[in-house]
Amino acid sequence: MPTIAENNTVAAEGYAAASLEVTGIELAFGTNKVLRGVDLAVPAGRTACVIGPSGSGKSTLLRAVNRLIEPDAGDVKLGGESVLKGNPDELRRRIGMVFQHFNLFPHKTVLENITLPLRKIKKLGPEEARTAALEQLELVGLSNKAPARPGNLSGGQQQRVAIARALAMKPEVMLFDEATSALDPELVKGVLGLMADLAQAGMTMVVVTHEMGFAREVADQVAFMDHGVVVESGVPEQIFTAAESPRLRQFLSQVL
Amino acid sequence: MDIWSTLNDTFLDWGSMKAVLPEMLKVGLVNTLILAAASVVLGTLLGMIVAVLALSRKRWLRWPAKIYTDIFRGLPAILTILLIGQGLSPITRHWWGPNPYPLGILALSLIAAAYIGEIFRSGIQSVEKGQLEAARALGFSYTSGMRLVVIPQGVRRVLPALVNQFIALVKESSLVYFLGLLASQRELFRIGQDAAATNGNLSPLLLAGIFYLVITVPLTHLVNYFDKRLREGRPTDESGKQDVVLKELAHADHR
Repeated sequence: MPTIAENNTVAAEGYAAASLEVTGIELAFGTNKVLRGVDLAVPAGRTACVIGPSGSGKSTLLRAVNRLIEPDAGDVKLGGESVLKGNPDELRRRIGMVFQHFNLFPHKTVLENITLPLRKIKKLGPEEARTAALEQLELVGLSNKAPARPGNLSGGQQQRVAIARALAMKPEVMLFDEATSALDPELVKGVLGLMADLAQAGMTMVVVTHEMGFAREVADQVAFMDHGVVVESGVPEQIFTAAESPRLRQFLSQVL
Repeated sequence: MDIWSTLNDTFLDWGSMKAVLPEMLKVGLVNTLILAAASVVLGTLLGMIVAVLALSRKRWLRWPAKIYTDIFRGLPAILTILLIGQGLSPITRHWWGPNPYPLGILALSLIAAAYIGEIFRSGIQSVEKGQLEAARALGFSYTSGMRLVVIPQGVRRVLPALVNQFIALVKESSLVYFLGLLASQRELFRIGQDAAATNGNLSPLLLAGIFYLVITVPLTHLVNYFDKRLREGRPTDESGKQDVVLKELAHADHR
């Protein structure tokens, strides 16, 4: 059992997690090819960590998966079904995303941040949405912050709210884009613990991270990206102790 | 002193002020407020449309907004008011007669919309990209993400600039006088000017000026209030309220 997990929060939740399969994704900004054929397969309920140097295309990969940026080629399958053809808004309702800078809505209270998409997208009534939102806040240990504005919360608390906001939508997959990179060191552990709990609870997760400890302990598989491709992937044990490619070995020697 | 008595006669003739005061209150103030309020409402609505068009991802929507803004910001207000107020009156005469009010309000609103559109646009553009991205990641469409998340934040940030524009509108409403007003339609400036011409001194105009200040100075303080609140944040939760209490205590100490 991962020591990083807290095991006191989201573990009890049941999630309708789906498998995620990315094949041959290519994406360019003008002439700058950011993704050059990325493959990644995450079985339902498993966690994949994506590591790699800055500018390797990790964050862009996440945005291609939920079509915040439309990929130029390749395919994304959610629960075995291709999702690049349908309505992107519908797709994003099935995929939760957590950002480096939290991106909570500062003009809404913590509670309203969670109820807004529940009301407007899931079309829940005010009471239903409120109950569901408070339930999620309880799971991340912040129900006492419901009436506060995000600006009055610590970074760690804001990120927990952002995770609760995404989870409230009952996603089938969660994407984490360097979720702890903007946090003060003492706040990182709490957020990583919550993410580990979520992984244990059976959520399908793709986690872009610089936290090698998290990748080693929590991930079922680790993918190393460089220059827009997955250079090497495998179980954490293999990636961190028996890396094959020189580029991965060089990267690990720099970050570990 | 000769100079003092001349100035006194010109500006502080209480008799002529007192004579025009009732009309100033009942007709002038009311009309100025109607003109200003109507063009504030219409100008803000049009301005929001201009801003949304100017921010559109489609060029054929952006361009008309930019051209509109260039024209109405670039022309002297008086020229726009005369062109629209007199120029369109042969057409609108069929609907509401020779009344210059609707066209005056329209002209003021069109001018205001150019400025207000730019204010809204800059405010909306200042909202971090991550806000729309987060909204879209939750499943909001571009339109609802803008409407529910980005635009409300952008508008909040530009409230001070917006109120400044309202102040400008209160003052510019005096320009409709050039369209020729019936006695009952005269606003503050026109009443002051008419009375000044009759009495041979400027005291009624000074009185009109005081009335303008009575409207605009509180608005200026509203700007400062918004500005302060934007910088210090709005107290909403327990910790915020505590901050306010602490600040009040600090102020009390100074007194």
